[in-house]
Formats: sequence, structure tokens, C-alpha cells
Amino acid sequence: VSFSRAFESYNFKHSSARFSTCALSVRPFSVSSHPKHAHRAASESAQWPIYTSGDSSSTTTGSASPVPNSYESVEGGGYSGTSLQASLRHLHPYSQVLTLLSSALGGLGGVSELEAETLRPVNLLQERNILPPKHAPPPEPNLSNDLRKVNCSPDTFRCTLTNIPQTQALLNKARLPLGLLLHPFRDLTQLPVITSNTIVRCRSCRTYINPFVSFLDQRRWKCNLCYRVNDVPDEFMYNPVTRSYGEPHKRPEVQNSTVEFIASSDYMLRPPQPAVYLFVLDVSHNAVESGYLNVFCQSLLDNLEKLPGDTRTRIGFVTFDSTVHFYNLQEGLSQPQMLLVSDIDDVFIPTHDNLLVNLKESKELVKDLLNALPGMFTHTRETQSALGPALQAAYKLMCPTGGRVSVFQTQLPTLGAGLLQSREDPNLRSSTKNVQHLGPATDFYKKLALDCSGQQIGVDLFLLSSQYSDLASLACVSKYSAGSVFYYPSFHHVHNTAQSQKFQKDLQRYLTRKIGFEAVMRIRCTKGLSIHTFHGNFFVRSTDLLSLANVNPDSGFAVQMSIEESLADTSLACFQAALLYTSSKGKRRIRVHTLCLPVVSQLSEVFAGADIQAITCLLANMAIDRSISSSLSDARDALVNAVVDCLTAYRANGSNIQPSGLITPAALRLFPLYVLALLKQKALRTGTSTRLDERVFSMCELKSQPLLQIMRMAHPDLYRIDNMTEQAALHLNDSVIPQPPLLQLTAEKLTREGAFLMDCGSVMFLWVGKCCNETFIRDVLGYPNYASLPSNMTEIPELQTMYSERTRAFISWLLESRTFHPAFHVIKDDTSAKTSFFQHLVEDRTESAFSYYEFLLHIQQQMSK
Amino acid sequence: MAFTFAAFCYMLALLLTAALIFFAIWHIIAFDELKTDYKNPIDQCNTLNPTVDRVKKIKRVRLALKLVLPEYLIHVFFCVMFLCATEWLTLGLNMPLLAYHIWRYMSRPVMSGPGLYDPTTIMNADILAYCQKEGWCKLAFYLLSFFYYLYGMIYVLVSS
Repeated sequence: VSFSRAFESYNFKHSSARFSTCALSVRPFSVSSHPKHAHRAASESAQWPIYTSGDSSSTTTGSASPVPNSYESVEGGGYSGTSLQASLRHLHPYSQVLTLLSSALGGLGGVSELEAETLRPVNLLQERNILPPKHAPPPEPNLSNDLRKVNCSPDTFRCTLTNIPQTQALLNKARLPLGLLLHPFRDLTQLPVITSNTIVRCRSCRTYINPFVSFLDQRRWKCNLCYRVNDVPDEFMYNPVTRSYGEPHKRPEVQNSTVEFIASSDYMLRPPQPAVYLFVLDVSHNAVESGYLNVFCQSLLDNLEKLPGDTRTRIGFVTFDSTVHFYNLQEGLSQPQMLLVSDIDDVFIPTHDNLLVNLKESKELVKDLLNALPGMFTHTRETQSALGPALQAAYKLMCPTGGRVSVFQTQLPTLGAGLLQSREDPNLRSSTKNVQHLGPATDFYKKLALDCSGQQIGVDLFLLSSQYSDLASLACVSKYSAGSVFYYPSFHHVHNTAQSQKFQKDLQRYLTRKIGFEAVMRIRCTKGLSIHTFHGNFFVRSTDLLSLANVNPDSGFAVQMSIEESLADTSLACFQAALLYTSSKGKRRIRVHTLCLPVVSQLSEVFAGADIQAITCLLANMAIDRSISSSLSDARDALVNAVVDCLTAYRANGSNIQPSGLITPAALRLFPLYVLALLKQKALRTGTSTRLDERVFSMCELKSQPLLQIMRMAHPDLYRIDNMTEQAALHLNDSVIPQPPLLQLTAEKLTREGAFLMDCGSVMFLWVGKCCNETFIRDVLGYPNYASLPSNMTEIPELQTMYSERTRAFISWLLESRTFHPAFHVIKDDTSAKTSFFQHLVEDRTESAFSYYEFLLHIQQQMSK
Repeated sequence: MAFTFAAFCYMLALLLTAALIFFAIWHIIAFDELKTDYKNPIDQCNTLNPTVDRVKKIKRVRLALKLVLPEYLIHVFFCVMFLCATEWLTLGLNMPLLAYHIWRYMSRPVMSGPGLYDPTTIMNADILAYCQKEGWCKLAFYLLSFFYYLYGMIYVLVSS
């Protein structure tokens, strides 16, 4: 049992009722309410001096900026025989800064110094400016330089504790969760691809050979996970990179912690499947009214050539309202034939051929259909939706091959199997008591997803609905078939342009992104460690094996670990994630990531190595599981307890700590802030009006997004962008990218004279103050003054002014590493839309939730109990 | 010495408890199999056989799941028999388990068919450990009650 007490015990140490204090609207820290504190904040504004020293190599060594589908192109220029490719390394702009920084600070940061810095006690009640001015790189494991150089990139593989405690007892003492955050199928620009007849693996635990194994001599290597001594096969003695013989330790497998193998037929149960795409479209009145069909068909037409696949790629369409319609797209037909099945109680496939057709051969017919589809249902009066039967039909259609099903749904399913009732009571949206109906209402979708998963069918759900559609039940179909969920609340192609644009951009990415079929992922770890729980979208097939019908480059996974046996006799702990999948080109491939971390025996070292972002993400995942299995208030209490327990443990351990105040080690100084941010996140908040579907969607996102995206969702980045200067700016190629400092999320930091950009991951807000300087409004936004700004602007115009160019350069720099484009909103200070901006200011008090300072006091009070 | 209804109840309970012991053992084995699957050194075929392996696993869980309801019904059945035979002490001893069964079934995950176990959550370490512990406790309970029923039967037969 690996987990801090908070999540084990069901004690209600503090009821959520206590959170609702006096009714105040959103307000900043004011001098009147906390005079002492505000004063300190002013006087200690430069309290945050040291951060980056020596901490930089983690991003510089491993980072490669994700570019969609880039590796397919790498693969294109293949060598013959034993081939390897390493494309040029494109450093992420951010890491370039760090390179500069680290060279500037060269020699300053030693390891011990670093540790002392991360352990420096911080009194949170006194130090107000704890947020680093720039994104802090993840903590660097305390390893020798050689190991550090080859270690897995933190963007792919991160552990909550970069110093692994030796025993479960030590872990329990620290009260921090131990777990991994994975982004295994991330788009990479640099990936060594290895073709060889024998893939070298440990004979006992089947670990792939990796940089952290030890070579006893030329012919033998020792597995770093189970310590078995293995033979080095002959083929491995030859190094294709240097074309030399007898240097097994110079092989690419042993030089890179992220590699990809082309697998032989041993790794196939059946011939690799072709890429098969089935689109299941809602065409009821509601759907036609929202106008999504137009957007979808246009987007698919534009991207038809770019769908990942080869000559075998197949495509099909199913539409449904109260009946299910199939489309015969046989090559040679003059136009697509619609086949209608009205028996939805026992849905059947009207003809087995030609419903899924070869894209290449029937391209013209597919195009005809996509052009005709939006017009075909314009006058429909059918308001019912038979989603369940349509999904069953899709399952039957895809059964023989497997592949990807994309479902577009715009309302609550009302007919046939899997019909759902409305469960949301709008009056309870802002209740501070428990939120009901977070779990599924029926297991129909879950069972279907399991059947799909068994046949290697992944189901992706696009929900475009203005009313309650019971996402909690519908999402199951994607959750257990390793799909993804997209939700566009109140989608309308005319009335909601921001949503419509986002849908269009998301589709563009969705259709063209890389995809892996019939995948499994196994996570192995050093003997003594074991996997406790998985988080994400998949089916768990065995204690360490995930079944992923489809794998996409945008989904992340989290794993909770426990320590079963003492790690005392080893100094390194390793984790290996191996993802076996079929690429869209019909090749079986294995992507292997290996992470190596030091094992420590002192509690202080465990605290020093805590990775607060990873901890926050893992806690978020755990809290969501808890809120579904138990209750939301229970999950919230557990989150608070996680902080309380951890800080209590630190206090109990610390010797030279002054008794007053709220002391944390510097490595954990953001812990209370991040937990408060989670408590105010849409998924977990109470007291603020939240629609059930939006809450559930937010939960789905927290569970399936990669770490950086979760962090942006929970704790958005705030920048002031009306006065950006070239000082400390980045110079990339020939563009100048200003680097405004990160601001704390409090209205205290906002001024009426400024314009502020908030980056929440999937949405960006540009808040323009009433007295914002007119040059900014004119040069960047393209309007003469504040009053003439429209209230629904959704993009920044491309103006030829320096001001505008600089702003756009900054925003596109922020977006560079992101695969989905966020929706963009320009928010005027006096419109009603500003609440959507202000709700993200997590340090401020709201009607029903603590301000940051109050939260700290609350924690302190809990600790003294 | 006469063959009373109570004696009959005890005899029946004795036989049925033997069946329950079998169920409990089966339960333990099923979960142990689930848990230790990965210990197999040559797990290559597992990596290779997504479909086959998965179906097998689900079948195993489903079988364990199928045995749950008969077990509960058998237990309820002889509790009712003891009620009719006015064997208050024996009934009292069985009440906690009966209450537990009812609670367990009430708090099962959402599912359309009968059963307790959800294949999507069963691999969670906490749930797996709980189910295993439950199996061992029940086995112990059924074994003890087996001897108790044996004693009870003889006692009733002799005393009447």
C-alpha cells in the first residue's frame, strides 16, 4: 500500500462546508484583510533569487520539440539492413535559453549545492513570491554525468520522486506519492530506429537492453531490472553506426534511452492490420442545426490525403438518427449508395463488402459523399438519437480488422441499447455539497468498449452538445478502448465561432496525427518496485500490461508505484516502458523508454528530489478516481490532507526549523499553491456553478493528458504582454521573442492599464484593462480605442507593426510545442465573459473557496491539530 | 435420538459448506492467477497474444463472477433453514457474513448483469489485494463453520 494516509483513510478531518466563508466576490489580497501579509509581499518582492543554477541540462540533453508526424519522415529515408537514423537535433527554443544560461552559470551549481537549495526551508506565510519568473525545469536526478546525459527526457518520462526512497517505510514517512508520468507516444524529432534480427532482451524479465545495463565483459551483460546475467548475441557485437566490431556498449540501444525497434514476426499474432478509419456521425435535427457536419466534411476533405496510412488504408462512414445508415462506396459506382437499417433493436450489417473501402481506390466516391453529406439531412425532422445501435454496428463492421472509430454525437442518446436519461439537476450545479452522477449510469458503453478493445478497435468521442449529454456514461466508450474524448460545449457554427474554430483546428490535428494500432504497453521496473494503479485511457490486462487498441501522440498516462521489497542493495532504480504497436504503414514497432533514478536512504534526500509538478498531476489523477469511487468532498479532503501530511512529515523530520510559520522545503514550496489550484479546477471545485458534463470532461482531460497540459489546466500561466521589452528576449533565427515573467494568479497583479495573457492549455485569454494603452489596442488588436473593441474577438489580427509582430511571436512561441491549438478569447474588462478569466485566478478568494493565504492558514491549523 | 428438522438443517449446511469451501478456494486461485500472471518468465506470448490472452483473462474473471451469486444464495438458503429450525445461535453466528454479503452486493459497480467484479478495475492493486484477503477470510470462516455444523449436528442428534 503505497500511498499517503490521506488517500487511505476516509476520515473527514475537515468538511467542505468550512470552505464557504463570507460571501465576497472575486477579490485580490487586500491590505485591509491581511495587512501584515500585503506589507511583506511588497517588501519582499525580490525574495526569489536563485533557481536555475545547474538545473538546466535536463531540458538541454533530452529535449526535442514535438513536430507532428515528423518521425514518419525520418523513417522515410531508411537504410538497408541494420539501419539507424538520427535526424538533426532541433533544440526546443526554450532549451536554448537554458543552454545560454547554463553556460553563463557554468561551474556555479554543483550537485550538493543543488540539493541544499532544494532543501532550503521556505516559510510560505512570509515568502509571497514563490512562483519562478520562468518555467522551472523539472528537478534533475542526482546521477553521474554519464548517466544523466543518456537518461530519458522528462517530457516523456517523469517520476514524482527523482530520488527513490529505499523502503516503503521511508516512502510512508515522506507522505508523498510515488509514481510515474508518461507520455510514451509523443511526437519526436529525433528517434533512433533500429532494425535488427534479434532484439536483445533479458532472458528472465524480458527487459530490452538499455543504457543502464552493465557489461561484465565483452560477451555478457547484467540486466538492470532483475540483475540476471545474459549473453550478448553475436549480431550485437557489430556496431552499425561506427561499422566496427566488438563494441557492444557503443550500440545505439545502449547509447539512447528512447529507441524504436522494428519488430520481427515474433511480435505479431496476425499480420499487421491496415489503417482503418470509420466515422460515425450524428445526423439528427439537433446535429444539423449545430452545423458541425459542414465543418467536419470540409476538414476531412482537406485532410484526406494526409490521413496516416499506406495503400491499404480503408475508410467508411455510418450516420445515425433514429435509424442507422450505411454507405456503399464500392469502386465503380456512380455515386455513394445509402443503406438504411431501421431495426435498431437488433442492428445488422446490410452488406459485408464495400462499407469499408480502400481509400485510394474509392477516393472519388468518398469525396462525393463528403460533399453531399451536409446537404442530405438539412430538412430532417428526426430528433431521436440511436447512438448505442450505431456503435454496435460500428463494432460489427470493424470487428475483422480493428482500427479507429470516430464518433460525433450532439445529444443524449434516446433510442435503442445504451439509451440514457438526463441526470443533471441544474439547481445543484453550484452546490457545495456532494456532486452526484460522476460515474456512468449504465455499463453498456463500458462493455462495448471492452469488446472493442478485444478486437483492437479504438473509439474516439467528439461530443458537440449544448445540453446535458451524460458524458460520464458516454466517455466510458473511449476510456476503456484507449480512445480520446473531445467536448465542445454549446457548439454552433455561427453563434459560437471560437468553439467552431477550435473544433476545426482540433480536427485538423486529429485527422493528421500519428496513430498506432493494436498496441500494448508494458511497464517494467527494478525488482522490489511494483505497479499499484494505472491512470489514463486503456484496458489493464495484467498487473503491468496495458492494452491500447489505438495509441495517439497526445495522450499521457500516470502510474502509481509501491515499494514491495527494500532497495537497499542497489543504488539505481530503473523504469522501462515498452510500447508495441503497428504503425499506420503496417509495420510492427516497439518504442522503448528507460528512466534511471538514484535510490536514497535519507528522508531529506527524498524531499530534495520531489518533483512537484509530477506530484500534483499524480494527485489529481488519484483525486479523480476517489471522487468517482467515493465522493467529491472525500477527494477534496484527501488532497488537502496530502499537503498537510507531507508538511507535517517534513516538520517532524526537520531539526533546524523555527517553530512558527508554515515551513516547506524549497522543492515543495509550490505544493500548497498547486493543490489549491486543483481544488479550484473545474473537475474538483465546489460552490461555483459547473455543468456536470464540463466537470466530467475536465476529469477526463486530467486523466488522459500529458503532464505539461495538466499543469497549464490546473495552474495557468499569466503574462503581462502590453509592455514586453526586448530585455532577456530570445533570439531565434531572425525573430525576437520577448520573455515576460510569469505572474502570480491573483487580481493583485492585474492593472487597468495593462493587457494580460492567460494560457490555460486548451484555452487562452487576453484580458484587456479599461485604461489599457491605446497604442497596444491599435497596433496589436487593430481597433482605435478600448470602447470600439468587440466583445467576441477570437484572434489577434496580423498587423504589420513591430508591437503586433512581437506579440504574435510570443504567442506562437507559446503554441509551438503544443499539438492542439487552444481557443483564443479577447476579454474586455467590462463584459460578462470576464468571469471565465477571473475564475482562473486561483490565489484569490471566491464566494466559496479560500484565497491562497487563507488556505495556508487552514493548512497550518490542520497541522497543529 | 431422533432425526429432527434441526438435524436435517445441520446436515444440509454441512454439505453446502463443503461446496462453499470449494468456491472460496476457487476464488483465491482465480485472483492469485490474475495477480501472478506477470511472474511468468517467458511472457513474450502475452505480449504477442493480445486478443487470446485478454479473452482468457476476462473469462477467468467472469467465471469467478459467476460463482459469486450461487455462493451468496447458498448461504442465504441455509440461513433461512436455520431460521425455520429456530437455531438462534447458529443463525446469529451467520448474521455478520449475511450482512456483509448484502452490503457487498449493494455497493457493487454499475453493471447490467449479476456479479461483483468489474474487469476494468479488478487489476487495481488495492482491489486485487482486497479480493484476495476476502477470499482467505471466507475460507477460514467456512472451515470453522464446517466443524461447527458437524458438532451441531451431532449435538442435536444426541440431545433430542
